[in-house]
Amino acid sequence: MKLDAKTPSGPLDQKWSRFLLEMKLVSPANKRKLDVIVVGAGLAGASASASLGELGYNVKCFCFHDSPRRAHSISAQGGINAAKNYANDGDSVYRLFYDTIKGGDFRSREANVYRLAEVSSNIIDQCVAQGVPFAREYGGLLANRSFGGAQVSRTFYARGQTGQQLLIGAYQALARQIDQGTVEMHPRTEMLDLVVIDGRAAGIVVRNLVTGEITSHSADAVVLATGGYGNVFYLSTNARGCNATAIFRAYKKGAAFANPCFTQIHPTCIPVSGDQQSKLTLMSESLRNDGRIWVPRKKGDSRAATDIPEDERDYYLERKYPSFGNLAPRDISSRAAKEVCDEGRGVGPTGKGVYLDFADSINRLGADVVKERYGNLFEMYERITGEDAYKTPMRIYPASHYTMGGLWVDYLLMSNVPGLFVIGEANYSDHGANRLGASALMQGLADGYFVLPNTIGHYLAETKPQKIQSSHPEFKNAEDATASRIHGILQTNGTRSPYSFHRQLGKLVWEKCGMARSESTLKEALELIPKLRAEFDRDLRVPGTASEFNQTLEHALRVEEYFELAELMCRDALMRAESCGAHFREEFQTPDGEAFRDDENFSYVAAWEYQGRSKPPALHKEQLEYEEVEMTQRSYK
Amino acid sequence: MNILFALYKSSVGKKYIVAATGFLLFIFLIGHLLGNLQIYMGAEKLNAYAHFLQTKPLLIWASRAGLLLIALVHVTTTIKLALENKAARPVGYEVSKAPYAPLTARSILVSGIIIGLFVVYHILHFTSVTFNPEFSDLRAAHNVYGMVVAGFSNTYVSAFYIISMVLLFMHLRHGISSFFQTFGMNNKTYRTTIERLAVVAAGLVFLGNISIPLVVLLGFIK
Amino acid sequence: MNLTLKIWRQQNSKAQGEFVEYKVTDVSEDISFLEMLDVLNEDLIERGEDPVAFDSDCREGICGACSIVVNGIPHGHQSGTTVCQLHMRHFDDSQKIVVEPFRAKPFPIIKDLVIDRSAMDRVIQAGGFISVGTNQFAEANAIPVPKDVAESAMDAASCIGCGACVAVCKNASAMLFVAAKVSHLNLLPQGKPEKDRRVTNMIRTMDAEGFGNCTNIGACETACPKGVSLDFIAQMNRDYAKAIIKGQLLNASQTAAQETK
Repeated sequence: MKLDAKTPSGPLDQKWSRFLLEMKLVSPANKRKLDVIVVGAGLAGASASASLGELGYNVKCFCFHDSPRRAHSISAQGGINAAKNYANDGDSVYRLFYDTIKGGDFRSREANVYRLAEVSSNIIDQCVAQGVPFAREYGGLLANRSFGGAQVSRTFYARGQTGQQLLIGAYQALARQIDQGTVEMHPRTEMLDLVVIDGRAAGIVVRNLVTGEITSHSADAVVLATGGYGNVFYLSTNARGCNATAIFRAYKKGAAFANPCFTQIHPTCIPVSGDQQSKLTLMSESLRNDGRIWVPRKKGDSRAATDIPEDERDYYLERKYPSFGNLAPRDISSRAAKEVCDEGRGVGPTGKGVYLDFADSINRLGADVVKERYGNLFEMYERITGEDAYKTPMRIYPASHYTMGGLWVDYLLMSNVPGLFVIGEANYSDHGANRLGASALMQGLADGYFVLPNTIGHYLAETKPQKIQSSHPEFKNAEDATASRIHGILQTNGTRSPYSFHRQLGKLVWEKCGMARSESTLKEALELIPKLRAEFDRDLRVPGTASEFNQTLEHALRVEEYFELAELMCRDALMRAESCGAHFREEFQTPDGEAFRDDENFSYVAAWEYQGRSKPPALHKEQLEYEEVEMTQRSYK
Repeated sequence: MNILFALYKSSVGKKYIVAATGFLLFIFLIGHLLGNLQIYMGAEKLNAYAHFLQTKPLLIWASRAGLLLIALVHVTTTIKLALENKAARPVGYEVSKAPYAPLTARSILVSGIIIGLFVVYHILHFTSVTFNPEFSDLRAAHNVYGMVVAGFSNTYVSAFYIISMVLLFMHLRHGISSFFQTFGMNNKTYRTTIERLAVVAAGLVFLGNISIPLVVLLGFIK
Repeated sequence: MNLTLKIWRQQNSKAQGEFVEYKVTDVSEDISFLEMLDVLNEDLIERGEDPVAFDSDCREGICGACSIVVNGIPHGHQSGTTVCQLHMRHFDDSQKIVVEPFRAKPFPIIKDLVIDRSAMDRVIQAGGFISVGTNQFAEANAIPVPKDVAESAMDAASCIGCGACVAVCKNASAMLFVAAKVSHLNLLPQGKPEKDRRVTNMIRTMDAEGFGNCTNIGACETACPKGVSLDFIAQMNRDYAKAIIKGQLLNASQTAAQETK
């Protein structure tokens, strides 16, 4: 397998403009003849479908939701970064680029990240034009805030619902194209396989979730915008329906999976309450701007938070990282929380939680100001926990939140399978080993609005792929294989629901390959996962039939992919004998407990190639060359 | 006519029609009430007013035709809306506990139907004197005052009038504020004012209307 | 907690549905209503019975996928809360709970509590957007938007498209949903150029989908999990009246007639 990043030559700040100048174009008359499939209708998928439809391609967009407006991008709360420098605090494209590279612990491709920073401003312009009601100042101009450890105010936001507003913007653009007939929308339809013919992505096999019908769709290019794989942990902040099926089926059809072990743990989630819980809820990181994080100094201190005197509290982030304090990056604050809880100083009924205290802010700013800033989050917290955070501190704990890893893509956002493009969280490209706050929305929209519509045209103009119809025998084969997979699942007739397997697998991955990993836990996981998989194959029970609306079957098909994915994550984590970003190997830390990165041996992207179920995947490396930036050890002290 | 047809085809257009005709009926109602309140100025004054109306057949029949048309449009459009509403939920709920919504709003259709029946009765009672042939002489003598006193001396008749006026109050209470909402003259700044205005206006009409049977019953007017 | 659930079961859109009673035991009061249904479903799956189908996704009250009426109220009795955020601590032990899907003619049932809300998408497709293509923009700060206008637009835009307003309305009217989108876009300077067209086209599509008519009751506002205000309906009515005065209604129906020809 050859991994050619296809990064344009020239100085970093001119690569993208040079690409745009030199790229090949498809004539309007030819665009009409080209079919593009987009799978997923979140920020990346909806914006790409709308933009491609506008350009004149024949677009088919697929999503498993009942409406494209429900994709999980909608849940992002905090905001979206852009290098506008409206705050006049010294921000620039270069600074946003540098922060993102550094935040990603120097494990992402320089040129892609620079381009992301470059188009970030356009996103805000685009969204404002679409009617996204961003927060504004009294003068009528856009408001900014600093977010998630950034030292400049470059985050744009719409209350605590930025993701919702941006998604609705993209959804509306998509709706307009559907109305104009340029995009054919297929809701309640799930992609179950990728079809590769003559070495290129030729189409997909989907299941209509209402009727159970399995059909094929051919295209000149396939775009996957199906989000991340965080649900492998079962308990995560991802939506119930988020799944890895599309990207994992593509992986099985030859697309390389890059850096699967880079999964981000978000520090401010509401702690787990019990076994019957289905998901974790994230509280916006913006809370850390005014909340102070602490645990009791004493182990097993069971007093109520308000009864613990000031000198018996340990504000551990402020103590360890004086310059960043409570705003230390996500991976660092998550790990610090795990550390104090492992020491037995955690709070709440399960001991897995730390306090996020607003008492000082309420004293300093007044309850009204705190309410104005975070009122909706406090309400949400109360709805879920039944506790009033104005009176007692919130309890928070880290939870799986975002996956930096994903399918490998080149500068054009195309995977190693020609014609298969991957955008948004589904690819690995921009966040390295750790993503900064308010950057996910930025990447999804950058890919969908500004990058892919150009690069896909270049690919189509350059390669002029030969038309393949969905009547091609390969499609029939893929349909049959899918049908027999489904048949197999329905026939197992064991005793356990797919949910119970998912829960067990998730717990295992969380414990062995979660916030901290070590050689021994990973090896253990690699032993246990195949056993659990074997049990799944033997003891699964899915009632109902294939030709009806069957949610248990949908879930079983998703869980089935998680076993091998979990294995791949552990394998990658085991191979990466260093700590970087969100990947923390216990064996590799500095004397004071910080991540110890090994640039000499691991400054590469690990891209895994599927070799069949019986053979371990093959590792391919894309060396990361940094022309502009100097790799430094991150320090937030 | 095209625009009226287009309006009638649209849901919000039909609401405009109902609100506009409702408004006109409300104006009539006020005129009617003011005419009737002349009872407090003595028999002569009221009877002279009646006589004046009776001697202007063109005016009276034109108004009657106009009123009838307005009322018909108000009613038929409402029926059309109500049928569409019914069709929009063919299968109902097993349990239905709608969150707080005022009774006057939920009962607007029922109050409207009863008021419609009342109007028919009212016309038969005082205008065509179908129920009370003994009023014929009074009517011929333009002695409206006498008819009112005779009519409302019957406790059952008065009670029916008063009950109908309660329903009219409910209907106006929602109708008046709805008028503002339907034509978009409402927002959070004015909402409370409009709601209060609706209560006051509907209340005044109610008080004015029931005062007549009440004073007759209580014997203040003989 | 132990509960008795009376749930609407319907195999598919054509089948005859019925209520079936289930018992759920040992439910933690810290879980959400949907997690309680998960507990029931796992039990049903393990017994080889057909689990209760219901839509849900984000489970944090923002995606709008859930479409359940709990004891006669869409999303249940806690105000400002979707059913995925409604926690069991708000119910009594041994309570009997009636669980139904949102009901309206434009929302046909797919299975059990799962409904088809594509009618709402079609209303958006009729004009719930600003006609701006990718890359067709001015500098974001080129047009200042007064803060109160932006805030008001945001109030309207916070609609999650769940359809609770339709479900609770005794007329199954979608006015609050449509008004929220019309107002969001019509309020902003960017949305002004196609204001008249938007409101007439969206209302026409809303009518064609078979939603009922608004009788200004206001139950929708109370049931809306995001507290979208009735004021937006007034605003839409106003915008519609203005569009009619400008002749848009006639123009639009003529264009539509031409298009069908």
